[in-house]
Amino acid sequence: MNRNTDYIRIERKNKTKNIAFKVVIYLLLAFWAFVVLFPFYWMILTSLKSYSAYNSEYIPKLFTTSPTIQNYIDAFTAVPLGKYFANTLIFTVATTALMLVVIVPAAFAFARLDFKGKNLVFTLFLALMMIPSELVIITNYITITTLDLRNTFPGLILPSVTSVFYIYLLKENFEQIPDELYYAAKVDGTSDFKYMMKVMLPICAPTVVTVTILKVIECWNSYVWPRLVTDDAAYFLVSNGIQEIRENGFGRENIPAMMAAVVVISVPLIVLFLIFRNKIMAGVARGGMKG
Amino acid sequence: MKIILENLTKKYPARGKKGGEVIAVNDFSFEIPDGELIGLLGPSGCGKSTTLNLISGLQKPTGGKIFFGEDDVTELPPEHRGVGLVFQNYALYPHLTVLQNIMFPLENLKGKNKLSKEDMKKRAYDAAKLVQIEDYMERRPSELSGGQQQRVAIARALVKMPRVLLLDEPLSNLDARLRLQTREEIRRIQKETGITTVFVTHDQEEAMSISDRIVVMKDGVVQQIGRPQDVYDDPVNLFVAKFLGTPPIGVYKGEIKGGKLYIGEDAVLSVKKLADRKVYVAIRPEGYIPDAKGALHSTLKGVEVMGRDISILSENSASENPVIRSIISADSKNAVNITEKTVAFALKPHKVFLFDFETEERIPFETV
Amino acid sequence: MEKNQNKAWLYLLPAILFLAVFMVYPLVDVFIYSFEEGYNSASQTYFGVGTYNYSYVLHDPYFLQAIKNTLILVLITVPLSTGIALLISLGLSAIKPLRKLFQTVYFLPYVTNTLAVGMVFMILFKKTPYTDGFANLLLSFIGAGSIDFIDGPYWAKMLVLCIYTVWIVMPFKILVLTSALASVKEDYYNAARIDGTSKFRIFYKITLPMISPMLFYLVITGFIGAFKAYSDAVAIFGTNLNAAEMNTIVGYIYDMLYGDSGGYPSYASAAAIILFVIVLTITCINLLIRKKYVFNK
Repeated sequence: MNRNTDYIRIERKNKTKNIAFKVVIYLLLAFWAFVVLFPFYWMILTSLKSYSAYNSEYIPKLFTTSPTIQNYIDAFTAVPLGKYFANTLIFTVATTALMLVVIVPAAFAFARLDFKGKNLVFTLFLALMMIPSELVIITNYITITTLDLRNTFPGLILPSVTSVFYIYLLKENFEQIPDELYYAAKVDGTSDFKYMMKVMLPICAPTVVTVTILKVIECWNSYVWPRLVTDDAAYFLVSNGIQEIRENGFGRENIPAMMAAVVVISVPLIVLFLIFRNKIMAGVARGGMKG
Repeated sequence: MKIILENLTKKYPARGKKGGEVIAVNDFSFEIPDGELIGLLGPSGCGKSTTLNLISGLQKPTGGKIFFGEDDVTELPPEHRGVGLVFQNYALYPHLTVLQNIMFPLENLKGKNKLSKEDMKKRAYDAAKLVQIEDYMERRPSELSGGQQQRVAIARALVKMPRVLLLDEPLSNLDARLRLQTREEIRRIQKETGITTVFVTHDQEEAMSISDRIVVMKDGVVQQIGRPQDVYDDPVNLFVAKFLGTPPIGVYKGEIKGGKLYIGEDAVLSVKKLADRKVYVAIRPEGYIPDAKGALHSTLKGVEVMGRDISILSENSASENPVIRSIISADSKNAVNITEKTVAFALKPHKVFLFDFETEERIPFETV
Repeated sequence: MEKNQNKAWLYLLPAILFLAVFMVYPLVDVFIYSFEEGYNSASQTYFGVGTYNYSYVLHDPYFLQAIKNTLILVLITVPLSTGIALLISLGLSAIKPLRKLFQTVYFLPYVTNTLAVGMVFMILFKKTPYTDGFANLLLSFIGAGSIDFIDGPYWAKMLVLCIYTVWIVMPFKILVLTSALASVKEDYYNAARIDGTSKFRIFYKITLPMISPMLFYLVITGFIGAFKAYSDAVAIFGTNLNAAEMNTIVGYIYDMLYGDSGGYPSYASAAAIILFVIVLTITCINLLIRKKYVFNK
């Protein structure tokens, strides 16, 4: 009987301990969620405050009672945000499309075709993965300058096209397709090219989509290279655009309008993320890195 | 340590829009006598693993009680129950050596139970000797064969001298030969330690061969509990009859008419005191006697000679099985003429079971 | 067979062309630049070959400041972000309700534009004649005086940069660690629970060794990433990082190449190679430590 009461005490202690543990965990998680979300809240909040309201708040207010969309109108009229947007769109689409054209056949060749020196070439490709972009960007800058491609789209796009990592990712995926499919297609007289387009690509569509999305994110956020090769605002991408807005923007320091621009720049990727959440997170977990 | 399960029930709440709640274990009552080895047996999803997890404390029941001896342990967290658990895939820590793995539970002991390093080592070596793994103490689990890993897992479960040993499908990851060897090993260890043991399996042969008692489960409900031979000889329903025994029991659609049991057109047995009704007739493979004058006629499909016995393959339009296997002693191999198209059998009445056509419950009968 | 050989190279041709022009050639070239003394980018001529560029860069106070800044940033943010990420991932793996929601929220910084959101941090911490800013509002609650984090003392600026860097790198680390934790089989934890292992001991003896490969992967990539910090600094302090005393090594390279202080590709090359050597050394040290401590299957 004595043992039984002892058990009841253990049970109770255990239950209290578990509940306390859960509470601490949820508090911690909620705190970090707050830290992550607060800057987003602040940027939206500020973008909705009027210029005069914002500047009259010596102690910043945590909410606004009279939201305005004037800042969004300013962001598109007073500064060429629309132009930056269009540039980024062209840059992103062209770079991503070109990348696919380049990496898909390369991955196909490594995964499916046999040729002399395949292992050597592939090893060299892998070695290039280790090279930091800072090392090559200097010469690329000079190359593009010498070719007179500064402030042009080709100058922006061409050096950003290749990604050895994505070739590697695709090749791994292509290799998972059973050989039998290839032989079956060969027997039916399918050409290699047709096999790549009609069999491999559709089967590996999930990976291709992941690679595409990751590249789109990369393009949308690229700052360093565009900054080096463009000094004409007509070719600025959003990153450079927002920096330009900050430094020479609205003629005066108009922080609410600047925040409106920041919101506009951030929204497309956040929407993309919410749609392709699982794909993006899986892709990044497999080896994506910021920058 | 005897274990008492009292109306043990585990329900999972309904998930999603469709589907109601799932009852994994339903109203399970059983007293496991001290020192016995109990086999929980059933097809996958029958609730046997859940029952084991309820006993170990990894899962909490939604109803009913569990007692270890006199102690109510229903709400007790697993670490206070004093159970040893062997997992299906052993769950040996891959980064620790065999010795470290076996010592792991001892290092958790606190307060007055705390052991010195030497005592821990000694206990670990004792457990290792019991399972005959003491020569591999410095290896990592990945350097051991499946059977050796299994022994380490058992040693780790035994080292803290648990009151109850639980084994979850302990043999399913081993190849056939090792399985046979290891199950005898488990039996030997259980006998030597005298520890109350519950083990889960879907393999009826395994359960029959080493258990003191077996518990046959289906869809969360206990079908029958008993000594293996008793359950085999006296199944309570068609499910249990079909689940136990290799080759499987032959099942026929039959009928009782005027005190005679019919399979198709053949009146195979006389049965007393039973009203006319439709029944299932189940006949154990060893229940057939080849006999030219026998009542049961089937189409002969072939004969397989397997040394000690021979098995006769036949077909019968009234049977649920596509092929019926009858096992007869090799001495009587001349009783069947392979060139014949049909084969006739007399039946051993105690190897024949009748089941209600609707409820599939057993119908006792007496022959004339 | 011969035809097949050519075809394979044809499939590889675009990739090889792009890589040759924009990666392999520049890689060779950057070494050449770094040893060409007095290179003039307008006339593309140089005086001689030697190590003067390296010596210049290593004696440039701006570069030394950049190295100091980068080192402080690395030493603070890598352990801090890895530690917090581990804590949060452990929390995430211990709960079921709301887990997906938290994971989604935590990933948001990854998909934001570093420059754009950096500006939000800038205004959160900035003190102007019109307002003390949000950070100072918080400080006033605990009775501290107001500080200008953006144009004020060095430590305050460094603090903001560290906070923003941690905020930006967390999504990747949380993601990697949560999937590493998820890959530890439930049975190990069950086995440990049956044996009465305390939560701390389970973490220290089971979880940590099992996720140690991923943890080290994060430390290594974290070091590499932090050494290349640049856009975060620009986002908060503007393009003139030298003036703000907040330049990083990568920032120094770009400033040497382009902009008001630019036009010195040789110095930029030398600085880039110094950076590469530093990163390579640190990575090798990391790998050596890894060999010693990380459990490998």
